[in-house]
Amino acid sequence: MKKQIILTVNGHERSVLVEPRQTLLDVLRYDLRLTGTKEGCGDGNCGSCTILMDGQAVNSCLVLAVEADGHNILTIEGLAQDGELHPLQKAFIDEGAVQCGFCTPGMIMNAKAILDINPHPTEEQVRLAIAGNLCRCTGYDKIVRAILKVAAASKDG
Amino acid sequence: MRNFEYYSPVTLKAGLTLLAHYGEQVKVLAGGTDLIVQMKAGKVSPAALIDVKKIAELNRLEWNSQDNLFIGAAVPLSRVAAWPELKTQFRLLYDACAMIGSFQLRNRGTVGGNICNAAPSADSIPPLLCLGAKAQVASSINMRKVPLEDFFIGPGKTILTPTELLIGIEVPAPPARSAGAYLRHTPRVDMDIAVAGAAVFLTLEDETSVCKEARIALGAVAPKAIRVPIAEAVLKGKVLTNQTISEAAAIAAETAKPIFDVRGSAEYRKELVKVLTSRALKQAWDTLQKNAREEI
Repeated sequence: MKKQIILTVNGHERSVLVEPRQTLLDVLRYDLRLTGTKEGCGDGNCGSCTILMDGQAVNSCLVLAVEADGHNILTIEGLAQDGELHPLQKAFIDEGAVQCGFCTPGMIMNAKAILDINPHPTEEQVRLAIAGNLCRCTGYDKIVRAILKVAAASKDG
Repeated sequence: MRNFEYYSPVTLKAGLTLLAHYGEQVKVLAGGTDLIVQMKAGKVSPAALIDVKKIAELNRLEWNSQDNLFIGAAVPLSRVAAWPELKTQFRLLYDACAMIGSFQLRNRGTVGGNICNAAPSADSIPPLLCLGAKAQVASSINMRKVPLEDFFIGPGKTILTPTELLIGIEVPAPPARSAGAYLRHTPRVDMDIAVAGAAVFLTLEDETSVCKEARIALGAVAPKAIRVPIAEAVLKGKVLTNQTISEAAAIAAETAKPIFDVRGSAEYRKELVKVLTSRALKQAWDTLQKNAREEI
C-alpha cells in the first residue's frame, strides 16, 4: 500500500505518495525529477547517491523513502544559492576535479558533510572520509585538492 | 525489491506486538545498510519491515563510570564513535566502530545491526566479546540478557527467536588498569571487510605489571567470532614479554578455523591472526605501561 510522506527537499516541503520498497534515491530522481543525484552500484559501495539527510551524508540508495518522512534532505541541486555556485562546486571546476562527472554530485555532497564537521581536515582525513565515494576518472588527487582548497579558504578556525 | 508493509512504531510495546504478530515474516530495520542490500539482491523478502529508529529505548547511548555502557540497538555507528568517552574508556570498541563501512554508511549502520547481521567478519563483535558485553533482548512476553558469547550460532544466525528484538548492548565499565586494542587486515585501508581481525583486552594486577586478566577474540576466521581461552591462559598471571606474546599469538593462530575464500586462503588468515594478535597485544601492553607512567 502506498504511503504519503512529507519531506523537506532543498528547502521546499514536498509531499509524495510512495511504495515502501522505493528508495529515497528513486523518489528523488523519478518522482521529484531531481536527477543530479546518481545511482552507481545501488548497494552502498560507490557513494554516487550521497545526499545530506538532516545534515548527515548518507547513501540515498540504502534509505527507503518512507524512512525519510519528516526529514530534511539536501541534494546537489540545493547547493547553489541565488545563481551562485557553492565554493565546493567552484573548486571542483577550478581544480579539474570533474571528468565524466558521474561521481561528482555524491563526492561534493560528502565533501560538504566532511567540512561541516571538520572545517580544516588534513589530507589524510579527507582521503579516508571519501573512501566511500568511488571515482574512476580522476585518480582522486584533483578531488582531494579541491576539497582542501575550500577548507584552506574558509575563515572559521 | 518485493513490496512489503512498513511500520515505524514509536513505542517498544507497539514494536514487540508487531513482531509477535508477524513472526518469521518480518525483518527489523535499523540502519538498513545490510538489510536493504540483502532485500535488493532478493536474498530476503519479508512481508513487513519494522523500523525501530523511532523507539526511544533503542536510541539510548548512556554511561556513568560506575555502571554498564548501554548502546541502544538503533544508535548509528557515527554517534557511538563521536562520543568522547568511547575513545578514552573503550578504545577497542571505538577502533571497530570508526572503521566499519564508510563515512556515509556509519551515519546509518548501527552496532545492533552489525551484531544481528552476524557476519563472521563483523568488526564490532571481537571487541564486545573481549569487553564481556551482554545483549538485552525482549519479546512481547519476556525480557532476557544474553552474554554476547552465547548470542551467535553461525554466519548470519543468532539466538534471537522471530518474535525477539535486540534492545541494546550492555558493556561493563572497564576495570582500573586495563587497556585493549582491535586490529584487522583489509586490502584497502577503509571501506572493506576484514580478512581477519583480532581484539585484545588486558587488565593488570594492582600496583604491578602482572597480567591479571587477558582476553583475546578473533573475527573472520571461524563461522562466528571466537574467544581463545587457551591463548589467554598463556598471558594470565605473567608479566608480558615478547616471548609470551608470541606464544599466545601462535596459539590463537592454531585455534582459528578459517575458510578459504576470495578474501584470503585459510593459511594466510592463520598467519594474519598471529600477526594481528601479537600487534594488538603489544599495543594494549604499551598503553598500559604509558598509563602507569602517567600515574606516577
